Amino acid sequence: MAKTPIAKTPEFVRTEEAPLLPPPATEAGITGWLWHNIFESMADFNSPLAAIRSLFMILFSLILVYVFGTQIYGLLDFAIFSAVFADPEGVKRQACWTVQQGGSLPDGWHAACWPFVVAKQKFALFGPFPSKELWRIYLALFAGAAGLAWVLIERLPFRRQAGLLMLTVYPLATFILLTGGNIEVAMTQVAIWFVFGLALITIGRLGNAGRLGPVMNEFAGIFAGAGWLVVAFSTVAAIAAFDFNLEPVDTGDWGGLLITLVVAVTGIVASLPLGIILALGRRSDMPVISVLCTIFIEFWRGVPLITVLFMASVMLPLFLPAGVNFDNLLRALIGVMLFSAAYMAEVVRGGLQAIDKGQYEGADAVGLSYWQKMRLIILPQALTHVIPGIVNTFIGLFKDTTLVSIVGIFDLLGAGQSAIADAAWSTPVQAITMYLYVGIIFFVFCFGMSRYSIYMENKLSKSRRH
Amino acid sequence: MAQNTSKNAQIDADDIMISMKGVNKWFGSFHVLRDINLTVYKGERIVICGPSGSGKSTLIRCLNRLEEHQAGDITVQGITLNNDLKNIDEIRREVGMVFQHFNLFPHLSILENCTLAPIWVRRMPKARAEEIAMHYLERVKIPEQALKYPGQLSGGQQQRVAIARALCMEPKLMLFDEPTSALDPEMIKEVLDTMVGLAEDGMSMICVTHEMGFARKVANRVIFMDEGQIIEEKDPESFFNNPENDRTKLFLSQILDH
Repeated sequence: MAKTPIAKTPEFVRTEEAPLLPPPATEAGITGWLWHNIFESMADFNSPLAAIRSLFMILFSLILVYVFGTQIYGLLDFAIFSAVFADPEGVKRQACWTVQQGGSLPDGWHAACWPFVVAKQKFALFGPFPSKELWRIYLALFAGAAGLAWVLIERLPFRRQAGLLMLTVYPLATFILLTGGNIEVAMTQVAIWFVFGLALITIGRLGNAGRLGPVMNEFAGIFAGAGWLVVAFSTVAAIAAFDFNLEPVDTGDWGGLLITLVVAVTGIVASLPLGIILALGRRSDMPVISVLCTIFIEFWRGVPLITVLFMASVMLPLFLPAGVNFDNLLRALIGVMLFSAAYMAEVVRGGLQAIDKGQYEGADAVGLSYWQKMRLIILPQALTHVIPGIVNTFIGLFKDTTLVSIVGIFDLLGAGQSAIADAAWSTPVQAITMYLYVGIIFFVFCFGMSRYSIYMENKLSKSRRH
Repeated sequence: MAQNTSKNAQIDADDIMISMKGVNKWFGSFHVLRDINLTVYKGERIVICGPSGSGKSTLIRCLNRLEEHQAGDITVQGITLNNDLKNIDEIRREVGMVFQHFNLFPHLSILENCTLAPIWVRRMPKARAEEIAMHYLERVKIPEQALKYPGQLSGGQQQRVAIARALCMEPKLMLFDEPTSALDPEMIKEVLDTMVGLAEDGMSMICVTHEMGFARKVANRVIFMDEGQIIEEKDPESFFNNPENDRTKLFLSQILDH
């Protein structure tokens, strides 16, 4: 079969190298950025239809700029430009009254009354915590912030050790600082538990070495794990029972931001490991474990947090034997923890499902055990995939802490609200100012978490290009 | 005489790497491996080929318990493969595996991919594990990529890393599950060269592959599978030149004639 003849001299073959040219102005630098991000979509006037579209885009952009501009100006005007910042004469509410209301501000004035927030600062942040003991909160907050920064900033050395301290010593130290320690435990009981834990560890060790027969071989890990847990708990109890000569502060005297942070941080720190364990459990091959985890997760996801808190606070004591009573805040904490763990479990499960089967097989084939496989191969990848979901749950949890108000625990919002009730500061802008203040604090924390998560995502996607 | 036979049997038993006796496996109601009997001796290089769905991958995946067989006996290096996790772990330590899709760990560097199992499974000190890893990375000719991540390497390079990763455990046997099927034509050769090098050093290996040139050059035995059964087993020379089974003839004509 004859082939179609092709041109005798090839026309598109270069005989010398094509020069490398600099990019046009629309592709590089600031002009390039402006072009691609703003003007490209509204600069096409080559046909009537394109021109109409471009004009519409220009108009639309101008309207948006106007609307947002006025809104942002309005907010800044309320919070800063027209706001009252000082009450030098100590006249309280009169500092924020207009002439008509009996004060000195021009009629029609409507802006933030910051002296009110300053006066209520301590109450909004720490509730009725005794003023002369506030240094304990400052110390705990400062140590927490420093420790957290140490763990999160990547250039610092010993981050792993710092993280370990933050998860072990810090919570215990904070607990002692905030409550005063000296909890009532029978030391003999603690000692008995401690010895019991040591015994469990020994059984685990012996079982692992194969001295207790093949059946124990399988359960050695569980015994050792439980043993370490018991030893850790009894050690913590012993330390918490020690008298550090600090004045005891009842958790009923905690409030404001302190409560918000205690509830949120406990929930966040506990929910991730619990959630991971629940997620692994739900995907387990062992039907008993899988069913138990599924029931747990679905139960806690199926009830509203308010119900959980209400049950924990009001109903639970009715079922406990008389005389047994534990702290209202602790009950709320446990409720929040279990609730958020269930949500976290589903987020983590999503990440686990995104991992290719080949990763499991690769890990199996080199001989890693189940826990090694999960810890070294599967979870690092799964958790990286779902950082946005994890942080989303953290942020949701942080804001859900406001619900503890329902059981008489005053978080930041609750404390702010009760501060508003003070008639000495009664002005038309009193409530708005306090809500603005509370809102800003919540925003700073949530936005901080959001930014750190985006930073982590970028960092991980850079070093682990797929 | 009787003493003599038993002595021979003794030597044979020591030389047996793998023995499969009456192995059957089902996926649901699908009978995927049907009465497989196979003995592999130390230092042997076996190529398994056959049409897709014939159970060849399943067969080698049964050897390190990535798949579970339901009937029959498998022993690897004298260790019986059953539900005992200790046995499975022991076998996996001695048997390296290379997959069609590499299955490297994307969140770890090349070096970390290679040192992970020696450190965590063999409890080797990190420095020693890295030394061994670099040795094998040099052997597969990519030591300069050690600090990169798998996603930054070409397919052929990734597969060579996967081979190095398996070798770092210093296995007695290597399983290859279609190691070149996911590669660009240009990269197949570099992987096959690595495998030929391994074979020349006396590594026992079982390869599922369609690379007939490799089979001819390296294999002691070629096994042909169809519908879950071993239907032909020969040295490469006679396998390619005078296959007996009609299905084998058809298969060979289809992959060799073009």
